[in-house]
Amino acid sequence: MALRDITLGQYFPGESPIHRLDPRAKLVAMICYIVALFLGKWFVSYALLLLILAAVVKVSTVKPRALVRGLKPVVFILVFTAVLNIFYTPGQALVSFWIFTITKEGLLHAFFMVVRIVMLITCTFLLTYTTSPLALTDGLESLLGPLKKLRVPVHELSMMMSIALRFIPTLIEETDKIMSAQRARGADFDSGNLIQRAKALIPLLVPLFISAFRRADELATAMECRCYHGGEGRTRMKQLHWRPGDVLFMLGALAAAVAAGVLGCWGL
Amino acid sequence: MSDQPILRTEHLTFRYTTEEGVAPTVLDGVSLTIRPGEFVAVLGHNGSGKSTLAKHFNAILLPSGGKVWVDGMDSCDEDKLLDIRRRVGMVFQNPDNQIVASVVEEDVAFGPENLGVPSAEIRERVDAALAAVGMTDYARHAPHLLSGGQKQRVAIAGVLAMRPRCIVLDEPTAMLDPVGRKEVLDTIRRLNREQNITVVLITHHMDEAAQADRLIVMHDGHIVADDKPELVFQNVDGLRSLGLEVPEPVALLYELRQAGVDVPLTALTVDECAGVLKELLCIVP
Repeated sequence: MALRDITLGQYFPGESPIHRLDPRAKLVAMICYIVALFLGKWFVSYALLLLILAAVVKVSTVKPRALVRGLKPVVFILVFTAVLNIFYTPGQALVSFWIFTITKEGLLHAFFMVVRIVMLITCTFLLTYTTSPLALTDGLESLLGPLKKLRVPVHELSMMMSIALRFIPTLIEETDKIMSAQRARGADFDSGNLIQRAKALIPLLVPLFISAFRRADELATAMECRCYHGGEGRTRMKQLHWRPGDVLFMLGALAAAVAAGVLGCWGL
Repeated sequence: MSDQPILRTEHLTFRYTTEEGVAPTVLDGVSLTIRPGEFVAVLGHNGSGKSTLAKHFNAILLPSGGKVWVDGMDSCDEDKLLDIRRRVGMVFQNPDNQIVASVVEEDVAFGPENLGVPSAEIRERVDAALAAVGMTDYARHAPHLLSGGQKQRVAIAGVLAMRPRCIVLDEPTAMLDPVGRKEVLDTIRRLNREQNITVVLITHHMDEAAQADRLIVMHDGHIVADDKPELVFQNVDGLRSLGLEVPEPVALLYELRQAGVDVPLTALTVDECAGVLKELLCIVP
């Protein structure tokens, strides 16, 4: 089933050093890494960044297969970006036919763009695979904490996010079930043009939405029953502690970003 | 203190207010008292008001008329809201819709976290609660990979971690297979016996109701029977006129009785029923 491939926000529990890092450290490191990806210009910087990513994947014990599976849903975007870059970058023409011209710069551009997106997605997946959603939202809540003074509802946002992540597998399962049920009644999701396919989704989306609202209502009641009353006076079972390893990890990511920036300046 | 009822309602009335202003009465003058340590089953058809009654026990719904006291606290008193909800935990029908976190132990910790319990004590409470429902091995698992019965036991652990005096379960087994139902029921009975937690079990399964110490039958927002299960189930005709069946052993004995055989109707389980029949067969060779 194609829906099972969506692994967004899924967490694989584990005991690797990457799993044990403070979520805040991982978040900051990820941001540094993404910045680095966009600062890089040439093979040297990407080779360096790829090496770093590969090392982190290796330490995290996440199966590379799981990461590749996460890339499947974005294949279309990748192809689209590549094609656009190949044909629309001006420069030294390699091949020319009809109104299309493929340039050397275009090919390189397309290649770097694809590499960039693949590495970006891989590193975000690595974050969600090795960090429990609650730890992740805790980390976000803690990092964004200063915004509370500006009356940004940080706790509410992070709670919403953790619940959304919690319900992804449940809703996927439900979508699967509804699809099977509608197929058994003769619904056809896989043929016809785009408009017909979009229309075929209506009998899927309507029950899904109704059920999601019902779930939300029941969940709200269940949360109230367990004394939820907003972020005020709330304690946590697992408190976040900065450890030397976390700081080192962040500094490493920062160094990678700086290195990519410097290499980028030299055109490497 | 121990004599104080854990739950008490007096002439409890509840109406839903609809947009048209028509207000169907769901609960109509319900008065009952539940004492600490009791295992009470509430039986009734869909629409009998049993779930609505349950939601009054921890101030999710507030009475339109009459009063509800939880461990001596008026449920309408907003200052006591958290105290009330901590004392009376609630477990619902759909296990998926009451699990908040993506890891079992973090979900169990949700209640005490809301109560502001210190971190170290939360850890203790979570471990104790998971042990009490026999889910310690699954502490680090993702809830959506568990079976229905296991999820429901996690939900019970989540309530236990708040250290409640009473647990109200609203049809906790309705979505489970027979194995899951047995798991959940055994857990509830053990908690009632070993930790002396008051249990209110809302159900429409006769065999579950039969396991309680006390059985309340609801119909149209009224209490129509409130006694020991073996006594309530004696009134086979009365229950059937409300559209409720009696447990199978009782139904069998009832048929025998209709056929002119003198047997008591007090056997609720298959074993007890077999005992009665054995005795009967020995007397009439």
